[in-house]
Amino acid sequence: MRNRSMLILTTAVTAGALTLTACGSRDDKGAEKGGDGGNVTVTIGLDAPLTGELSALGLGIKNSADLAVKTANEKSYVKGVTFKLESLDDQAQPSAGQQNATKFVADKTVLGVVGPLNSSVAESMQKVFDDAKLVQVSPANTNPALSQGINWSSGEKKRTYASYFRTATTDAIQGPFAAQYVYNEAKKTKAFIIDDKKTYGAGLAGTFKGEFEKLGGKVLGTEHINPDTKDFSAVATKVKSSGADVVYYGGEYPAAGPLAKQIKEAGAKVVVVGGDAIYSPEYVKLGGAAATNGDIATSVGAPIESLDSAKEFLANYKAKGYKEAYEAYGGYAYDSTWAIIEAVKKATEGNGGKAPERAKVVEAMQGVSFEGVTGKVSFDEFGDTTNKQLTVYKVEGGAFKPVKSDTFGG
Amino acid sequence: MNELPQQLVNGLLLGSMYGLVAVGYTMVYGIVQLINFAHGEIFMTGGFGALTVWLILPGGTSMWVALPVMIIGAVIVATTIAVGAERFAYRPLRGGPRLAPLITAIGLSLALQYAVWVWYPEAKSARTFPQIPGGPIELGPITIQTGDVFLLIAAPICMAVLAFFVMRTRVGRGMQATAQDPDTAKLMGVNTDRIIVIAFALGAAMAAVGAVAYGLKYGVVDYKMGFLLGLKAFTAAVLGGIGNIYGAMIGGVVLGIAETMATAYVSHIPGMEQLGGQSWADVWAFVLLIVVLLARPQGLLGERVADRA
Repeated sequence: MRNRSMLILTTAVTAGALTLTACGSRDDKGAEKGGDGGNVTVTIGLDAPLTGELSALGLGIKNSADLAVKTANEKSYVKGVTFKLESLDDQAQPSAGQQNATKFVADKTVLGVVGPLNSSVAESMQKVFDDAKLVQVSPANTNPALSQGINWSSGEKKRTYASYFRTATTDAIQGPFAAQYVYNEAKKTKAFIIDDKKTYGAGLAGTFKGEFEKLGGKVLGTEHINPDTKDFSAVATKVKSSGADVVYYGGEYPAAGPLAKQIKEAGAKVVVVGGDAIYSPEYVKLGGAAATNGDIATSVGAPIESLDSAKEFLANYKAKGYKEAYEAYGGYAYDSTWAIIEAVKKATEGNGGKAPERAKVVEAMQGVSFEGVTGKVSFDEFGDTTNKQLTVYKVEGGAFKPVKSDTFGG
Repeated sequence: MNELPQQLVNGLLLGSMYGLVAVGYTMVYGIVQLINFAHGEIFMTGGFGALTVWLILPGGTSMWVALPVMIIGAVIVATTIAVGAERFAYRPLRGGPRLAPLITAIGLSLALQYAVWVWYPEAKSARTFPQIPGGPIELGPITIQTGDVFLLIAAPICMAVLAFFVMRTRVGRGMQATAQDPDTAKLMGVNTDRIIVIAFALGAAMAAVGAVAYGLKYGVVDYKMGFLLGLKAFTAAVLGGIGNIYGAMIGGVVLGIAETMATAYVSHIPGMEQLGGQSWADVWAFVLLIVVLLARPQGLLGERVADRA
């Protein structure tokens, strides 16, 4: 019995290892074949969760970055330079991410890194990259503190790492965006604001409140809950008797689901609105399809199927026959990779056609500007994208459906 | 609109749940002077027991048929685990140093939480619990959910049955005797080992009913649902006077109403805006506990015990 399970385990591990090796060699060959006449090889690192629960998102990022590298090589986009993608798996663990960052830094041919997916992983990588002056572009991190410093919510914005850039929109503008949608389009004017007192939730609730009052809406009450409990009946009764027609919740779905359920059951005629942390099928599951019907969540980015600029990407992605879908961050990963390619191009041209120093690529990145898959790609003084896309999702028939994508101006 | 009646009902419901769990702490403490910190997790396994029964039952089974079976399933799972814990974790340590069973209880609590986390399918996030169909019942200014009706009926029945059992039956009198003096009880022919097992089992059965009520009320069960609720129930037991069954029930209701009132009204008091709301409810609940214990160290209904604990 023991022997048999050992055998199965060994087989599984070997098969897994072979598959991974196969993936790696396919990438290498692709890069080499594409670069006709290239005499310098520049490696672009990629860090994302390629195994585990979040691997669907991670593999979408990897494939999209691979597509960008292949496209650049096929077009000979940077004269004399062949790009190569080197992918490492961070398993969504900060510690693994930091090890990967160290590996990239040690490889002298790496001039830029795409990734990671998770903000917490990015935190562990930022300093390693910054010390080595190696540029990093994340397609998916939304925590504002990564670029604007930990005191961003109180208005003291300060860039922490000059080498960190991202093509994903941050959480900081979700609150105001939701306020505009709720007031102008959903025509709700009386709000009750609840948060869970965490950095993310309190930040969202605060920015929502500011914008909602500026627009002319009334805030009838505020409440802070303890997300570890499940009994929100007293809060639900307060919401009902306040007469509010919309509840904004700054927090995450494990508390938001039961909270929405109890508020609706108490008899309050409200729509519950929240940020990307409630944009999850779990929210509908925990709150019940009936109670959460009509609730609204905002999330960063836009479903790229709806964008004109993404048509070419979608066609090419299909043509290359990737096994996994590009998922939510594919378009942003392509743009992140392309931003590195653009920066390398500029730095190479400035260096007489020779491979540039890493610091020069970081400098060049600040000035990058091009039309990408997700729209115009360029970076502000914090390294955040200037293309602030957000989408409103609404629960209909037990699932979140996109209702409106927009770029945030204010 | 006056929300006081509704908030009182909210508090009563929450407090009834605390009370159902608190009797388990109080009975075990009354008999073996052990604070069974794993009791919150026994409560949690009761919830998962009921969920398992629901998942085994054929889809589309009416809730009215399923509910009694789910309660039986919850009680069986919770009592089995509680009796097993008593037999294999606590009994070998009986008579040993005081801290040994206490630490064992904490270890058991974590072990049970993570056993469910690892082995129960999809228990890494909250699992949805079946709901009683039907809309809320409106009684003037009060709205009662169908899920809460179960708690409103089950809690008093359970308490009454338990009180009858402990006060009127032969085994119940054996429990009282063991609580007063285990050695003398043994000399009088009471099988104290059996009495202790029964105390654990009864507490677990009450907690299991509470867990079914929790699932019906909040719509979810998860692996750590017993942790905070267990702490609150323990607080309720101390508030009411630990060792006293009526005290646990009253302590639970007082604690529940105190938390609800704190959430609803403290922020309306001028100058106290910052100290109100649900995130401060626990603080006020513990302030109440401290005040009660300062005035009556033995708890609301506790008897003076000089040398215990």
